[in-house]
Amino acid sequence: MTAPAVLEEAAAESAGSLTVIKARHPGRWIAGAVVAVLLAMAVNALVTNPAWDWPVVGAYLFHPSVLHAVLFTVELTALGIVLGFLLGTVLALMRLSRVPLLASAAWGYVWLFRSVPLILQLLFWYNLAALYKQISFGVPFGPAFFSVDSMDLIGPVTAAALGLALHQAAYAAEIVRGGFLSVDPGQLEAAAALGIPRARQIFRIQLPQAMRSIVPAAGNEIIGLVKGTSVVYIMALPELFYQVQVIYNRNGRVIAMLLVAAIWYLVLTTVLSAAQYYVERRFGRGLARALPPTPLQRVRGILTVRRAARRQRPARGGRR
Amino acid sequence: MSTPMVDVRGVHKSYGPLEVLRGVDLQVHPGEVTVIIGPSGSGKSTLLRSINHLEKIDRGYVAIDGEFVGYRRSGDRLHELREREILRRRTQIGFVFQNFHLFPHLTVRENVTEAPISAQGRPRGQAEALATELLAQVGLSDKADAYPRQLSGGQQQRVAIARALALRPKVVLFDEPTSALDPELVGEVLEVMKALARSGTTMIVVTHEIGFAREVADTVVFMDAGQIVEHGPPRQVLDRPRHHRTRAFLSKVL
Repeated sequence: MTAPAVLEEAAAESAGSLTVIKARHPGRWIAGAVVAVLLAMAVNALVTNPAWDWPVVGAYLFHPSVLHAVLFTVELTALGIVLGFLLGTVLALMRLSRVPLLASAAWGYVWLFRSVPLILQLLFWYNLAALYKQISFGVPFGPAFFSVDSMDLIGPVTAAALGLALHQAAYAAEIVRGGFLSVDPGQLEAAAALGIPRARQIFRIQLPQAMRSIVPAAGNEIIGLVKGTSVVYIMALPELFYQVQVIYNRNGRVIAMLLVAAIWYLVLTTVLSAAQYYVERRFGRGLARALPPTPLQRVRGILTVRRAARRQRPARGGRR
Repeated sequence: MSTPMVDVRGVHKSYGPLEVLRGVDLQVHPGEVTVIIGPSGSGKSTLLRSINHLEKIDRGYVAIDGEFVGYRRSGDRLHELREREILRRRTQIGFVFQNFHLFPHLTVRENVTEAPISAQGRPRGQAEALATELLAQVGLSDKADAYPRQLSGGQQQRVAIARALALRPKVVLFDEPTSALDPELVGEVLEVMKALARSGTTMIVVTHEIGFAREVADTVVFMDAGQIVEHGPPRQVLDRPRHHRTRAFLSKVL
């Protein structure tokens, strides 16, 4: 029978009497089963092996000294990201400016701070007092109004925050600059044609559109920095990684304490990933015809459909 | 005769070695509609963009209602104005782009109220009342809270027209406003433009819509190779063109 003949025959029958049978996918079931077994094995290996020391993990997970360390890690991350992105935005605007010296200065900054490893930069800041004993405020190259001891101005915590922020700023600058470049030049032209003031063009028209490509990259950076703060341990600051080291040096439960740290890093990055999802939605306004539902809305949607289907089922049976 | 609303004199503009405008003179009087036609690459869009100083010109001048756009005159010199000043003078000129260039992250209402609030310092309430009025005028009262992507091309261009009008400009420039639209959407935009023309808005329109030119234009200008080759009332330029280049162009588009 030729294809048109089949179609005609199908059309001849009443459309409602034809039932669609979904295709079977045995391959998918097999792959799913393999993964399920592997997962079960992994869980089993984690739970049953006493070497993981789960009771010790439990005992130290919410230990005050660990919680303090988590808080300090959060503080360092927040300082690094906020200061880093503020300075990074300034650098990005400098890089895009029409003044050649500003653009090259920003380029030089990014070049320098991206090239030197973070751990080295941190040690430089930590040892700043050895390089410059006094820091003076006054006329450049002229008389100083007052001076302070470098030690007093830049303690280890400031040095760590500063080091992280300045390093982060170099990466943030490139991310923000990329965001600005991703906005259609026509947008600026339209804003200029409407006579919108320059600063308003940047912050009301360009930046919100740039955010769409800035946010995913910034999310990466923030999550990177949460873990990057562990580098600060070389300055003997009580952030999470340093603190668990202190504890396992005392009690000898290395694996358990590393697990404690790992669990907290997981928690922090999970919270940040969720936050990123909602921030992205916020800046996605107007870019899709309708925003996709959030995971929560999706779950609620599925439940409603299920419930509705369950209510309908007896009725359908009755019709038969 | 009254002083021209738009006065373009001896304008030259080059991109490197390429001379795009080669001595253009054009006067548009208040309430007049001037339609510029011509082959692509003839300098129509560049001329339009020079009028509101989106392009800087090399020689000559452009004045809107007797005031230079982008320059201040002292003696026989023109001093280029600072950006802030240029932006302020631009608020007297509405500009409608071929690709709309609506702000996609702002609602239709916010698109229309943005410039009156931030460029002209109008109170928000007043700007919103004006937006409501203008959106009704372009037939989009029900779309004030929609985002541009939720609209058809024709609707977007009508919003762009409302946005340009929100500045209460002395002249509105249209740069091929229907060229990016699906054919069935061209009509609704042209209808809005016709209504504007009837209401006495001074307009300069670059377009390929010869029918629109015939119906609405007071003056049709034919440009070719960076110069105005011929200009006059539509019946003269479109039906009895004097210049062979005008005839050649019209024979292709009509």
